[in-house]
Formats: sequence, structure tokens, C-alpha cells
Amino acid sequence: MADTLRVNPINCTGHGVCAELLPELIALDEWGYPIVDPRPVPPALDLEARRAVAACPALALKLFRAERTADRSA
Amino acid sequence: MGGTTAFWYASRATGIVALLLLTAVLVLGILVNRQGRLPGLPRFAVTSLHRNISLLAVAFIAVHVLTAVLDTYVRIPLVSGVIPFASGYERLWLGLGAISFDLMLAMIITSLTRGHLNRILWRAIHLLAYLCWPVAFAHSIGSSRDLQHGWMLDLAVACALVVVAAAGWRLASAARQLPRAARVAAILAQHAPHGPHGSRQAHERISR
Amino acid sequence: MTMAPVNETVNEAGNETAHETVNEATGGAIRPSAAGLPRLLPLIPGVPEDLRGHLARYGRPPYRGGPGHLIQAVEQAGLTGRGGAAFPVHRKLAIVARARGRKVIVANGAESEPASYKDALLLRAAPNLVLDGLQLAAQAIGASEAYLYLHPGASPEVLRALNQRAAVGLDWLGVTIAEAPPRFLAGQESALVNRLGGGPAVPTFVPPRVTERGLGGAPTLVQNVETLAHLALIARYGPRWFRALGTAREPGSMLATVHTNDISQVVEAEIGAPLRTLVNPEGAQAVLVGGYHGTWLPAGTVSTLTLGNQALSQHGAAVGAGVIAALPADRCGLTEAARVVRYLAAESAGQCGPCLNGLPRMAAALAELAGRGHRRQVRADLERWAGLVSGRGACNHPDGTVRFVRSTLTVFAPEISLHSRGQCSATNHGATSRTPFLPLPAAMPASEEDWI
Repeated sequence: MADTLRVNPINCTGHGVCAELLPELIALDEWGYPIVDPRPVPPALDLEARRAVAACPALALKLFRAERTADRSA
Repeated sequence: MGGTTAFWYASRATGIVALLLLTAVLVLGILVNRQGRLPGLPRFAVTSLHRNISLLAVAFIAVHVLTAVLDTYVRIPLVSGVIPFASGYERLWLGLGAISFDLMLAMIITSLTRGHLNRILWRAIHLLAYLCWPVAFAHSIGSSRDLQHGWMLDLAVACALVVVAAAGWRLASAARQLPRAARVAAILAQHAPHGPHGSRQAHERISR
Repeated sequence: MTMAPVNETVNEAGNETAHETVNEATGGAIRPSAAGLPRLLPLIPGVPEDLRGHLARYGRPPYRGGPGHLIQAVEQAGLTGRGGAAFPVHRKLAIVARARGRKVIVANGAESEPASYKDALLLRAAPNLVLDGLQLAAQAIGASEAYLYLHPGASPEVLRALNQRAAVGLDWLGVTIAEAPPRFLAGQESALVNRLGGGPAVPTFVPPRVTERGLGGAPTLVQNVETLAHLALIARYGPRWFRALGTAREPGSMLATVHTNDISQVVEAEIGAPLRTLVNPEGAQAVLVGGYHGTWLPAGTVSTLTLGNQALSQHGAAVGAGVIAALPADRCGLTEAARVVRYLAAESAGQCGPCLNGLPRMAAALAELAGRGHRRQVRADLERWAGLVSGRGACNHPDGTVRFVRSTLTVFAPEISLHSRGQCSATNHGATSRTPFLPLPAAMPASEEDWI
């Protein structure tokens, strides 16, 4: 049961700590905001992913259970 | 005026170190919020140092209180570390110490349980830092003869100046920050189309 | 056959369309609305029905109590949302009906799409159908609060209808009218709930969806006003009647706002009708389908397509808000598109870094492409930013904007080449700059109050 990383873009202010702690799954765009790999987190990186979630100063990074990557309706 | 036991020395020493650590924590907290960097260090170092030094400060304060309680020259009840004005000795100044320690505990406990808390509530409690530090400072100056003269006083005053400067910078930065609705208009104006010649490539990011 | 009514046509294929001109009241013959059109629009175009006329035509709303009948009927009818997302209505109804505790229903009349007039017209011309649908859906899901979310200035006929209904005790639940600010995002589902809760009309992060946790934490059903009008008819005439028009996969009729060189009008058409019965592709260089989050299609392609997502999706387009705008050949498509993207950028809620930073830059780049001679880097920058912002906001605003931009770059590629050499194919420059083809509001938001 793999989890998926998602960033809440409203809370995210572009600290960039997540990308430093989890470069395998998170990169920063040219404005400093995270681009998060949408695929489920590989088991080997699970601990690092949780650390990154805990380290976000804005609490914007979240781990979602696999079934609940909600689609957005316009 | 206390006795000359090891406990009393330890309490004074851990006290002054705690004040230094709290000063560092506050400055680091402002750095985190403003997305500032420490030269040569990655971003997560700023957040980690802020958290770890705050925990270290609590540890030092715990020793500071315990050693003061254990020293028998004056009777200081253990609970006076967290219950304000419960000590007969230096009731007011130790009371302030308890208040600042209570605020610290509130901030740390809410931070450790951040994921389960309402963001606005967490932030409101964390802003108590700006109350916590002055109260701790007042406790330090008022309850210790050491800090009232000599190099220790200089040290304490230096810490106060650093905190005032940092907080002032934080306020000014907040005043400069655009509200959400104005940010869009600002970026649009910043990137108003130019002709093919001499265009301004604006790469700055309007801070949020 | 008797004289054909002025505002209705039946073409050779037997597909029906009914027209309601936006600003005029014209005469026309009365037709019974058994299986044909119009279904939603008034029988006499331009003359809105009052409650008496409404009851004479349709009867009282068939309250059956509880969810069972209506939700099943809506499912069998295959009704999908007419607000742009085309989500199956019965599923949303069922989710909220299943929930426990307090529930809220909102009729979404905040037609924020500048090129769309259908919801405004429907609310003026047939408010009782919308209000019937609101009441029937409210009862079906067990709502205890009902709202009608409208842009300012849209209320007089609706208020009158509400008062008339209250006087005869027609409504199952009292309806509160709530005002939507004139923002493009005001009708977005989570922005709507945010506004109703007293905050600004800006989107919130999903999950939780508003159907799970919406206004005041209660499950909230948000439904477009046209959808509710269809629902009101399904409740009366049943799913088989509803499916008498349209296609098997996309049944029923829909309202569309058609823009041509001569006129803008709201049309009720059956889904599956050939697009060329709605808009004449000759004389147009391209057709914008869906709205400002929609897609440009070449005029030649449009003449082969039918109105419906099944056909349109094969060309990367969708029905969306039901806007069909045929850009006349003498206009500059790049200039029109650049104005739209600048509007879309200004209407960003400014909450999410990629949207806040990307959309203004894209707007400036497109404006540069629309100018005379652009820097070589501009096209690459635009493509890069389009890839960066899509999917990285809390709502679909950056995605929709990117869809519009990409289709602009595709369909108007020859025009871009022309412009890079300092030329432009538009012959109507005076018209282009003074009276643009694609409608846009004059005022851009500037402060927090503009979002309340």
C-alpha cells in the first residue's frame, strides 16, 4: 500500500526544504515551487518522504493513501 | 543572593546559556519564516537548527530549574518551574520564568503535534514567541544579580538588541508584503508586454 | 406545414435548434414542448414566463419525498452537469444523499465565463424551472439549507419568482440568495463554498471535496442552474422523455452561447447536432469551443463535428461552458487570444506559486507573439511555462488557461509566423482594436474587496 506525495499549493510558499530532503521525488521549478513526482512513493524512500513531510515549514507537503489522490473539479 | 553550592552555580550557568539559546531560536525562527539562508548551509539546516536548538534550550531550562530546586540555600518548590508565582523566594521574577517556560512548552507541544492541529491555531500559539522571549529576559535580569552588572549584563543587552533588530526586520518585511489580491496585479504589471527590443526579463518572484 | 416560427429552425437532418436572442423580445409561434425543442427556453422567445405560465405549462413540481425516485430517474436519464465539468449528476446526488447530518444545496448561477450568457438568460427567462430543480434536488438529498448563488444584478426576475412561489407555498425549502463577485473563479465549486462561508471567492485545496465537507463542514451539493432546470423536467416527464433528444452516450438538450460576426445568441440544441447548424464555418477562420478554458478548432474541422464531448474530445476539445465563438476571417486571432489570456492571468486567485507566476508571464509572451516581430525565445518560454503550471494549482484555472494557450499556438501557428515577419493577416484592424470579438469585462480585480 504505497502512499503518494502531494503538495497543497495554497499553503506552499516555496521554502524548498522538501526538494533538498527528497531530490529523488521533488524538484524545484524556476520560481522555487516544488514539482512532485505523482507516482506512489517507492518503499525504499518511504522514511525520507515522511521526514520531508515533517520538515516542511508550511506543512504543505502531505502523504496520501493510494486511493485518495482526489481529482479536482473545476 | 544564593549560596555557593555547585547546584547554584549550575543553575546560573544553564540560565545564561538558555538565554543565548532562546535568542538564537528566535532569530532562526524569523529566518525560517522569511526563507532566509545561513551562508554555506542548505535550507533544511535553518529549519533543523531552529527545531533542535529549541529542544536544547528546553533541556537547559529543565536543568536550570532542577538545580535551583535542589540547591538548599533557598527553598524553591519544584512546581514553581511551571506554576507562576508559586515560589516564596523571588516570587515575581521566578514567576516570570515559569510563565515563559509555560509558553515555550505550549509552542513546542503544538509544534510536535502540528499535523493534527488547525494551522491558524498553531500559528497563533507560535506567535507567542514574541511574548515568551521578553518575559524570559525580564526573568533573567530580575532574578540574577550576575546579569545586573559586568560582562553578563553586556551579554544580556546584546541578546536584547539582536532580538529587537530581528523582530523589527520581521515587522518591516511583513509590512512590505503584498496581500494576495494585489500580488496578481503586481506581477501582471511587472510583466507587461514589451516590444521585441530591449525587453526586461523579470525573473524575480513576488514573495508570498 | 404552417409558417415556421421566427426563431426556430429544423434542418435537413431533422435536428432541432431553438434560439433565444439575448437582448430582444421577438415574436414567434407557440409550440407544444412534447418531445422537441425548446425544453428549457420559453415557448415565446423573449417573453419570460411568470409563475402562472410556468404552472400552466409544466404543473407543480412533483415532490415524491426522499431520494429514491429522483436520483434513479436522473441516473437513467444520463444527465451530466451543464456547468462545464459534465460530471454525472446522479453520482453527486447519491454521495450527498448518503451522507448523514446537515446537508446544503447550492444552485450555481455565477456564470463567470464572460462569453457565456446561457445561465443569465435561463434565470431571467425560466427561473421557475431552475427553482423547481433546486427544490426537487434539495428534497432528494435531504438538504436543510438552500442557496442560489448569483452575480450582482441578476436577481430581479429570480426574486420575483421566489416571492410568487412563497406566496403559494410551492417551495419545500426556503432559498437564500447569495451574491457572487464578478470573478472568473467565483463559480468554482470550492470558491463558491468559501464565499458562502463568508470568505473570498477563491478556491480551497481538495480533498476534502465539497460533497464530503463543504459549507460549514456539511456535505454540499453544488449544481449549475441549467442542470437543475433539466432535472426539474426529468422529474416530471421521466428519463425516456429526456433521452428522446441527444445521443445515447450524451442524452438531452443543452444551452449554448453562439458568437458570430453578426450576433451573439443563446441557443438550445440537442446534443449531437452538427456544429454547422449552430454556426456557419464559412467566413470564420477558427472556432473557439467551450469558453476561455476551451479549445480553438480550425473552421474546416468544425464543419465535420457534432455538438458533444464524444466528437469534440477526439480533437482535444470539450463542450465546456457551451460557448461557440466563430472568429471572423478578418480578425487577428492572436490579438484576441492575447487579450483573453491577460484576462485569465488577472483573474488568478494568486494563491498558488505556479499560477501566480506562470500566467502573467504567459500573457506577456502571447502579447508579444501578437505584436510585430517577437524575440526567438518567447515561443520556447511560453511552451515551458505551459508545461510548468498545468496541474500545479489548487484548481483547474492554470490547466484551462494552458489548454486555451496551446490550442492558440496550434491553430494560429501560420499567424504567428506572419507576425514574426512583421505582418498580420487581419484586414479589420480598426475593428480588432476598438471592438474586440471575444467579450471581456473592462475591470480587472485589484484588491481583496474584489473577491468578496
